[in-house]
Amino acid sequence: MSSDSIALNPALESTRPIGDRLHDWVTTVDHKKLGILYILYALVFLVIGGIEATIMRIQLIVPHNHFVSPQVFNEMFTMHGTTMIFFVAMPIMFGFANYLLPLMIGARDMAFPRLNAWSFWLAAFGGLLLYFSFIGGNGLYGAGGAPDVGWFAYAPLTARVFSIGHSTDFWTLGLLVSGIGSIGTAANIAATVLCLRCPGMTLGKMPLLAWMNLVMAALVLLAISPLTAAQIMLSLDRYLGAHFFDTQAGGSAVIWMHFFWIFGHPEVYVLVIPAFAFASEIIPVFSRKPIFGYPVMVAATVAIGFVSFTVWAHHMFTVGMSSYANSFFTISTMIVGVPTGIKIFNWIGTMWGGKIEFKTPMLFCIGFLFQFLIAGLTGIMLAVAPFDWQLGNSYFVVAHFHYVIVGAILFALFAAFYYWFPKMSGRMYNERLGKWHFWLFLIGFHLTFDFMHIPGLLGMPRRIYTYEPGRGWDIWNLIITVGVFFQAAGILLFVCNLLWSRIKGPVCTSDPWDAWTLEWSTSSPPPEYNFAAIPVVRSRRPLWDIKHPEDPDWKYE
Amino acid sequence: MSSPSLTPSSLESAWILPSRGRVGMFCLIAAESAMFTIFLVAYIFYIGKSQSGPTPKEVLEVPIFATICLLSSSLTIHFAVAALRNAKSSLFAIWWFLTMALGIIFLVETGREWHHLIFESGLTISTNLFGTTYYSLVGLHAFHVTVGLIGLTIGMILALLGKVKQEHHERADVFSLYWHFVDVVWIAVFTVVYVIGR
Repeated sequence: MSSDSIALNPALESTRPIGDRLHDWVTTVDHKKLGILYILYALVFLVIGGIEATIMRIQLIVPHNHFVSPQVFNEMFTMHGTTMIFFVAMPIMFGFANYLLPLMIGARDMAFPRLNAWSFWLAAFGGLLLYFSFIGGNGLYGAGGAPDVGWFAYAPLTARVFSIGHSTDFWTLGLLVSGIGSIGTAANIAATVLCLRCPGMTLGKMPLLAWMNLVMAALVLLAISPLTAAQIMLSLDRYLGAHFFDTQAGGSAVIWMHFFWIFGHPEVYVLVIPAFAFASEIIPVFSRKPIFGYPVMVAATVAIGFVSFTVWAHHMFTVGMSSYANSFFTISTMIVGVPTGIKIFNWIGTMWGGKIEFKTPMLFCIGFLFQFLIAGLTGIMLAVAPFDWQLGNSYFVVAHFHYVIVGAILFALFAAFYYWFPKMSGRMYNERLGKWHFWLFLIGFHLTFDFMHIPGLLGMPRRIYTYEPGRGWDIWNLIITVGVFFQAAGILLFVCNLLWSRIKGPVCTSDPWDAWTLEWSTSSPPPEYNFAAIPVVRSRRPLWDIKHPEDPDWKYE
Repeated sequence: MSSPSLTPSSLESAWILPSRGRVGMFCLIAAESAMFTIFLVAYIFYIGKSQSGPTPKEVLEVPIFATICLLSSSLTIHFAVAALRNAKSSLFAIWWFLTMALGIIFLVETGREWHHLIFESGLTISTNLFGTTYYSLVGLHAFHVTVGLIGLTIGMILALLGKVKQEHHERADVFSLYWHFVDVVWIAVFTVVYVIGR
């Protein structure tokens, strides 16, 4: 990186030629710039994935609709799922981890800056590969297009015979490439947290965000590789005539399900544990109290990490397993409810008796808490194998996991956006627009996903492109689709707020929230080297110690 | 940070953290282990499920010589790193070269085994489930040996140019972790393919 890029003055920065600044961004190895690249890239895919969801919902708004063809509908739900999990949720979590971890543990960069850039560009390339399928999926076969096998791509749908053209190959390659990037990032996060902490920051004094990202990194390392292995097997099947998932030659379609879900379930925790991390940083600051039960929070996170590897086959109750397997996976899945329940109580315990400030980040955190609780309750319901036999593959399941991913993860992400936006941009967002975003999105979310449980209970299966009138599903589908427009309006306000505040927002101080972790001790936005002098900490809330020398935390920890 | 008063100097001097190279390599090894586990599970799951021949018992021969070579290379790379730690650069180069040679012998032996299987036994990746799982598992391992050999070659070239000094012993050590991992995986692959599966 050129030496003149250490421009602390934003005014000076904006006078440099655009080519130079672009070159800086493309060749950067700085964790903050890479973090922002990850986040922006994920936001672009969030909009794309959102448009795909909207197309599906418009198709389902009335029975016998002809907005899109069945083929396009299949492509939309495949691309929506794949995009949202692999190219929105994961990169956005990696982006925040990249940006925040070194700042929060008092380091100047990640452990492996070049690996970091490499991982980002691999992830970006994976996303492009997936979307290139819209143009290149046909190949020379005159068939294909975007992948249409569903985001978990069960065999034998993915076999050469049933998936002609290159659509499935783009899906496989996109995930393979971005998966390698994810492993690089996870190794980087783990090495950063373990090896670069500033003096005094023992493991027990790390911010919870660092702890939770460490667990997330461990999950990525152990969960993404099975998917990579399965993708290699699928490619061997498709191109070299191997028989892993070829039932005609004695292969097994069920083993693909096992391999996929042994990745797929820990993946949920890869996404939700960073969401827990945001809540664990934001709720204390806006409740003006330290986090309740720090050691228990850490223990619960590690416990969730372990248990998450023993529950995968609850995605497969309807496939038919032995009663022992059914019992085991029912029980192990219910056990997840214990550490997550502990966390919910700890967040409530943090708010209890606090002087709560209802700023936008806190509003989103409260939404997160409430919705995560409901999502967990329907999760417990679906963990019961007989209940799942009735409702597996129905809209009830779709409603359940969207409650987790949108209601919990996305809400926590919005909280994180508003909370750290001043740090990243040096400017304050517009509080009024933020509140509008919250309420619009909250109403839209509940219209869509509360009412989505009902057609599921009434027997509406997922992934159907249309349905017969008179089954009692019509009104619910109408309400679900109406909710989508509220959510879209909320997202629009969010994007406008970010763009407008980035340019015109009032310049803010280094510590607008009167917070306690190290990222607020350096300027907003932080200089390239983060800290002029590497900080030394003695407690979990180093900035509290500085602000209150008469009553520091380290006396009590 | 604006408060130097928080800096007890005793704290700073005692502040030792793990090496990032080792942690990074252990992370990679964890990820790779998960990947090999899936291939091993697939192998074990499909033992005896092939619908046509050849079967492992008919065509597989236990590669004792190749296994001895690969396992001893773990020892030689250990001696190489130890030599470098003691600043014995030429001794390092000798042990490092031996490691490389043993790795190459292993790969050549795998190649000969595959040649025999393909051209004399008529077993390819698409013949039956045994072929599918055998070539992908052993091939994945051979791929890792190849990657290790590329690393070893780069180290060898640097050593011949006289650029490997004592201060690089930690990097050599981190690399040796990867090589040890490739060896340990071979023990697992060997057990599953040639002992349990045969």
